[in-house]
Amino acid sequence: MHTTNLKPSSLMPEAALHSFVVEAGDPFVFEIAQGQYVRIVDLEGNQAVDTIFYNAQDYSDRYSAQDTIREQGNIYLTTGTALLSTNGRVLLTITSDTCGRHDTLGGACATESNMVRYDLAKGHMHACRNSFLKGLQFWNHGMDKRDIASNINFFMNVPVTPDGKLTFEDGVSDADKYVELRAEMDVLMVISNCPQLNNPCNGYNPTPIQILIWDKNV
Amino acid sequence: MESSLLFSEVLPGGATWSHVLKRGTALRITDTEGGANVAAYFLNFENPSERFNLPDTLKAQHTARLTAGHVLFSDMGRVLCSITKDTVGWHDPIAGISNSSLIERKYGKTTYQQSRNEWYQNARDGFLIELGKYGMGPRDLHATVNFFSKVVVDDLGNIQYVANNSAKGSYIELRSEMNVLVLLNSSPHPLDTSSSYAPKPVELSISRVPTPMRNDPCRILCPENTRGFVLTELYFL
Ligand SMILES: [Zn+2]
Repeated sequence: MHTTNLKPSSLMPEAALHSFVVEAGDPFVFEIAQGQYVRIVDLEGNQAVDTIFYNAQDYSDRYSAQDTIREQGNIYLTTGTALLSTNGRVLLTITSDTCGRHDTLGGACATESNMVRYDLAKGHMHACRNSFLKGLQFWNHGMDKRDIASNINFFMNVPVTPDGKLTFEDGVSDADKYVELRAEMDVLMVISNCPQLNNPCNGYNPTPIQILIWDKNV
Repeated sequence: MESSLLFSEVLPGGATWSHVLKRGTALRITDTEGGANVAAYFLNFENPSERFNLPDTLKAQHTARLTAGHVLFSDMGRVLCSITKDTVGWHDPIAGISNSSLIERKYGKTTYQQSRNEWYQNARDGFLIELGKYGMGPRDLHATVNFFSKVVVDDLGNIQYVANNSAKGSYIELRSEMNVLVLLNSSPHPLDTSSSYAPKPVELSISRVPTPMRNDPCRILCPENTRGFVLTELYFL
């Protein structure tokens, strides 16, 4: 692990406006107002939290991994990273991070990609893009498969080597590590708490996460 | 069986192009002057909600650069196109496309009123206009690739653009495995270090090509690609 920018938060869980636990395999959709803080806690360690952010006023303006990577000049996300939208706006900023590295190149697992990556017979297994679809359908604001954009994999470690290889490394996260973000505009957060059972990075054991949200005036 | 040339044209620098590349044909893109950049995006023409998926493409083939032997996966586990020939060796899937504010920041502001067809165009606007012709919009534009350009990543995750990656006469050939709506834009790479806006033209040629054999190099590159081809063939049963 190299690009660590560890920074704990001073926000107290007791002062949070909302607290939710999201089980592995579940979607979670929530609007975060400009100025509010959201903390994602890896309760048991090495869980992948697949997350897409949208401009809440215009869902066609959404998180772009390529723009974020290019404009910050680095493929990993940590404290200080500004998450850019496809229209070049800052959606959120990572204000605290006790994990040190988060992936945004690896994308979300899918029943279809499970068939390609692991075995044609794995197509029945639960996967993140199914959770995203379920979450967007439940949200019921006209979003569909076309809105499953680039995502962040909080707590995942997907290094790229200087000779251009993409590798999957053991997680750098651990129980109770967290990442905290400040919303720079009103954003919609859509999470799939990854149910992946084929990848050793989570020890074949997807686990719950906690979402804490603080108001802007904490 | 030799491939047979069906069509050829020159795409000027800074321009956008689209074509439905039918299964069984191939598109060769040739960097006629050297130093070209071609942003590219791919959709299933029959069901455009199925489109190029960059993470699946990189994960399946354990790569963060594209070259001959690699295929471009859709989000449905199918192969849109195979890279059957490549004289460059490294095409960038990481750094994304230019937009109007990036071009203005790097090269200054131009207008069509002043500069006519010499005005500075960008890939995002070009792609959105072209998608609009097929009834699509910003929701349909996801991660893209940059042919002929190289961006490396160091151990700390820092990215760096490598200039002069593509020599004059370099080419890449994409064999279509589905009926694929191909979008191309020849604006400069967003990390191009040149201080002047100087997009290069490319030559585009389409040929009819043989169906891939069981031992096709793209098909047997890795078990993931073999399974991707099986799923693609299933789609056409
Ligand atoms: Zn997943």
